[in-house]
Amino acid sequence: MMDILLDIISWIFLVSGSFFCLTGAVGLLRFPEFFSRIHAASLTDTLGASLILIGLMFQAGWQLALPKLILILIFSLLAGTTASHAMGKAALQSGLRPLDQDKDGKEPDEEEELTWKP
Amino acid sequence: MNILGLYNYWIVVVLMMIGFYVVIAHENLIKKLVGLSIFQTSVFFFYISMGKISGATAPILDDKYQLYSNPLPHVLILTAIVVGIATTAMGLALVVRIQEAYGSIEEHEIQAQDTQDQMESQLEAYGFRKKHLLSIKNLDE
Amino acid sequence: METLIDFVLLSFLVFTALAVAKMHDLFAVVMLSGIYSLLSASLFFDLDAVDVAFTEASVGAGISTLLMLASLKLVGRYERRTRYRPMLALGVVLATGTLLIYGTLDMPHFGSAEAPVHQHVAPRYLHDSMDEVGVPNVVTSVLASYRGYDTLGETLVIFTAGIGVISLLRVSRRTKKEEKKRVPADMQQQIILRVVVKWLLPLILIFALYVQFHGDYGPGGGFQAGVIFAAGIILYTMLFGLSNASRAYKPELLELLSAFGVLLYAGVGLVCMVLGGNFLDYNVLRHDPVHGQHLGILLVELGVGITVASVMITIFFKFTWRTVKHKYIKSR
Repeated sequence: MMDILLDIISWIFLVSGSFFCLTGAVGLLRFPEFFSRIHAASLTDTLGASLILIGLMFQAGWQLALPKLILILIFSLLAGTTASHAMGKAALQSGLRPLDQDKDGKEPDEEEELTWKP
Repeated sequence: MNILGLYNYWIVVVLMMIGFYVVIAHENLIKKLVGLSIFQTSVFFFYISMGKISGATAPILDDKYQLYSNPLPHVLILTAIVVGIATTAMGLALVVRIQEAYGSIEEHEIQAQDTQDQMESQLEAYGFRKKHLLSIKNLDE
Repeated sequence: METLIDFVLLSFLVFTALAVAKMHDLFAVVMLSGIYSLLSASLFFDLDAVDVAFTEASVGAGISTLLMLASLKLVGRYERRTRYRPMLALGVVLATGTLLIYGTLDMPHFGSAEAPVHQHVAPRYLHDSMDEVGVPNVVTSVLASYRGYDTLGETLVIFTAGIGVISLLRVSRRTKKEEKKRVPADMQQQIILRVVVKWLLPLILIFALYVQFHGDYGPGGGFQAGVIFAAGIILYTMLFGLSNASRAYKPELLELLSAFGVLLYAGVGLVCMVLGGNFLDYNVLRHDPVHGQHLGILLVELGVGITVASVMITIFFKFTWRTVKHKYIKSR
């Protein structure tokens, strides 16, 4: 009974993790520019990888693999987020700007847009 | 001739030929090095695919398993991977020096500069004086 | 199920290789080659080659991509398009490919246990490794003990590559003085990266030591450990500057260490000869052959790890000093 319950829980985690990774990939292809793509890829990837790892922890049971998986989870959380931060920062410093900002980093002035132009 | 049974080897041949094409047809030296590494990795697949046995596990001895995959190709490919990275590192250092000496890493430009140097040294051997050589050089630029 | 994973990963590999052949932006080509190495590492794992997967992931997707990016900084990013169509090359490639595929029709099917390659030496290694060497990881016992001479040659190849890069990319004293004057200003603002690297670096180095000494019981060994160690130091160098890293890991010490690793390996072989056995015959190292094999494998893998780590760090340092020279010193 306990085995089946553990199996079902680990399956839920594994499938949802894969779903998040897939949606991250779809977002990577569909978003218009670099910064939104990093946003899609890093958020969903970190979450998906963490869910898959937790699902694997249920499969591992009380073996030696369990602390190793916990360490991998902590490390991938740290390193994945830092890597996407590094990417965004490198892009900003090279001169790339998000889609709604012009070259100097200014956003379009909101009051101007609300005025009706004939 | 079962397709599934030989699929691995055919993909190996396809990858090998893509790497081969990149090495002989592209002119940029770094692209050639990348093509060479694609070629090398396809050969690694060939060996590892030969060593795999269906239903076996990794060759780390354990009481739970009876059937193990062949460890010998793994050993050979470990050596091959490391030798591959050593040659890639040497190749990249050579490319850096070529760039500094010739100013470009495209094959036809390097060959053009070499032919020009060769022509100049031959003309000098025939006794043309220096100022004639300088004017010939200016013609090309 | 394994066949399906095999099939999908191999198709991805072909697409990646085709993309490498088509693209002209060398930065994208290098990134694609990193992806290619990572895909092949997963494929090696699927084919039960766990040691090979580990090595390919760390070496191919790590160090190789890094060195290519460092040289891209020195040579320029775009490939010029050729003006002619290489029809002869295409013809040669197609002809060779057809001949090779015709040659594979004779091969035994993938995964069959009766293939000739499984018949002669491999069963002997699998049966007798536990009694003669006493180490569960058969790949390590074959690599370090049964075929130890080849591994000595491999260590020498890495050492030779290190010597070659050192002699090709020399660094003058003027470059070192220039670099000390300017730590790159943008790297000083990378506070998040610096803090995270300060946390992670000891863990990376401990992991490298774990992989080194755990190679007997699981995937691992000298090469992977050396590369992971080098990757940790390279990460530190990228964020804290070359002069800081050169103060901690002096180039003279690194060159000495790379020679020391090879000396350790060959020295173990000579000590075996002095004690009465053959070259690299670890049985005579201790009172008991199995304990002798354990000690021999430990020392030999340590030598390999030391050489690989110091050579990789040296090569990266030399490439990076060259970028400093290109950037700050105009006359050459």
